[in-house]
Amino acid sequence: MVLAPEDITAIWLSIKVALTATAISLPFGFTISWLIVFKPFRGKVLLEVFINLPLTLPPVVIGFFLLLLLGKHGWIGKLLAEYGIVLIFTWKAAVIASATVGFPLLVRSIRLGMESIDRQLIDASRTLGAHWYDTLLTIILPLSFRGILAGSSLMFARSLGEFGATIIVAGNIPGITQTIPLAIYDYASSPSSTTMALSLCMVSVLISVSVLFLHEGLTRKLDRSRAL
Amino acid sequence: MTLHIDIEKKLGTFSLQVKADVSGERTGIFGESGSGKSTLMHLVSGLMQPDKGEIILDDQCLFSSFKKTNISAEQRRIAIVFQQAMLFPHLSVKANLLYGFKRCRTENRLIKPETLIDLLKLQPLLQRGVEYLSGGEKQRVALGRAVLANPRLLLMDEPLSALDDTLRFQIIPYLRSVSEEFRIPYLFISHSLTEMQLMTDHILEIKNGRCIDETTAEQLARNRMAQSPNGYINLLHLSCPNQQRGLYSYKWGNNILFVSAGEQAEQSLFELSSREIILFKKHPEAISARNLLDCRVAEMFDSDGRVGVVLSANGEKLVAEIVRQAADELDITIGSSLFAAIKASSFRKLA
Repeated sequence: MVLAPEDITAIWLSIKVALTATAISLPFGFTISWLIVFKPFRGKVLLEVFINLPLTLPPVVIGFFLLLLLGKHGWIGKLLAEYGIVLIFTWKAAVIASATVGFPLLVRSIRLGMESIDRQLIDASRTLGAHWYDTLLTIILPLSFRGILAGSSLMFARSLGEFGATIIVAGNIPGITQTIPLAIYDYASSPSSTTMALSLCMVSVLISVSVLFLHEGLTRKLDRSRAL
Repeated sequence: MTLHIDIEKKLGTFSLQVKADVSGERTGIFGESGSGKSTLMHLVSGLMQPDKGEIILDDQCLFSSFKKTNISAEQRRIAIVFQQAMLFPHLSVKANLLYGFKRCRTENRLIKPETLIDLLKLQPLLQRGVEYLSGGEKQRVALGRAVLANPRLLLMDEPLSALDDTLRFQIIPYLRSVSEEFRIPYLFISHSLTEMQLMTDHILEIKNGRCIDETTAEQLARNRMAQSPNGYINLLHLSCPNQQRGLYSYKWGNNILFVSAGEQAEQSLFELSSREIILFKKHPEAISARNLLDCRVAEMFDSDGRVGVVLSANGEKLVAEIVRQAADELDITIGSSLFAAIKASSFRKLA
């Protein structure tokens, strides 16, 4: 396995981007899942379609929309520029791209976890005096933990592999915004760098396998602690 | 406890319209599956909101569409024991028990966990995960959890129907002792007449979303005697078993009864169908039935052409069922003497 110093930076950047995207998305994913599963409101279908849109749209399209929004002349970009914040072509843009593309996967898993909670458990907690926020923290959150875990792993893995949206909003600047897939793309374009590309592919596989093992391990631990 | 209910609720094609005034500590809500019992429970507890009407508990308005009042379920202090125990699977038995207690205001914490844990014999289960409890243990914990929330009213929604017969009647003494010890009024919801007889003083009978009668379990059992496949079910508390020649002799007040399916427990509950009792005008010369009671007719009632004869055997009451023709032939009147023959195998042990 041969890794150049820029590859090491790309690996760390990929992990940083994926972790940050997952961490930032978690509270939003949890809240939106809770709203969809437990709260009746108008426009729920619309919200669901909007959340799931990145699953069906090509990531490049999402990247382009993000570029329009976050760019110099975009609604958000302009607003942030007033405070001296520039996102485009930074690692933060890669985080936003990853978060947008992976968000539906996170919400789906948390939703599945929440939907498997028996409603009578929530009824029971309410009749025992728990207010909605109390029920949310003491019943819904722990009982949907498996879904949260699955969603986080899935989102982390998806973020590691994010390419289309990232290359548009963050570019492919070695050492700054170049993540593993972007680096592999660079190597794959020149026939002499096959070994380098293969090495990064191996690293990618290694990280993914580790995430899956970690997920399995945590799920089992959770099951064991429940069983006691 | 006084509970005034005058509510309407439409759910798809089903509509519930109940008007009733309930008072007393042990009230039953009786009806077949789909009659609206559980919907009524959801409306009283605040888990569901009526379309119209009002619910008043002990002078406090819980819901009124006229006054635009709706106290939320978490503030009503009405706890529920569900059909399936509905214990929180991620919490230990102890944490489940204390869930409502911790959320109860200090001034309302009249029932202490230690007292209840002793009463329900939960001490050995406290540190266990709820998934490792048997059905009966789960229901005991669920009962404890509801009681420790120190509710003003306890709703028991078919709490025994998920259990088999043996467990069912093992739980009933706990339900009764909890209500007697802590004096928590309850609404007991069930489609079982036997449970109603054991658990309630008076009953609201619900059918097709309407309250069709306010009665007692005894009256309901008498009314249904002729239609019921088992007739009227006599519930007998027997004590002091003594095994002799393959049978158990039990004390029933000042009478002795011989029972096939007995056991050594000091106190047992047996059921006996009114149809298993044969009446004789005179003492029969020889008879294979092991029990022959010298009785006096205390009361008689009609049930769809059948006659219920309430017998008094040394002060203990027993209901026998005969057809009108037999009543006429035997010339049975209130106060007349009869002999009641019961086979030892006719008694079914409940607990």
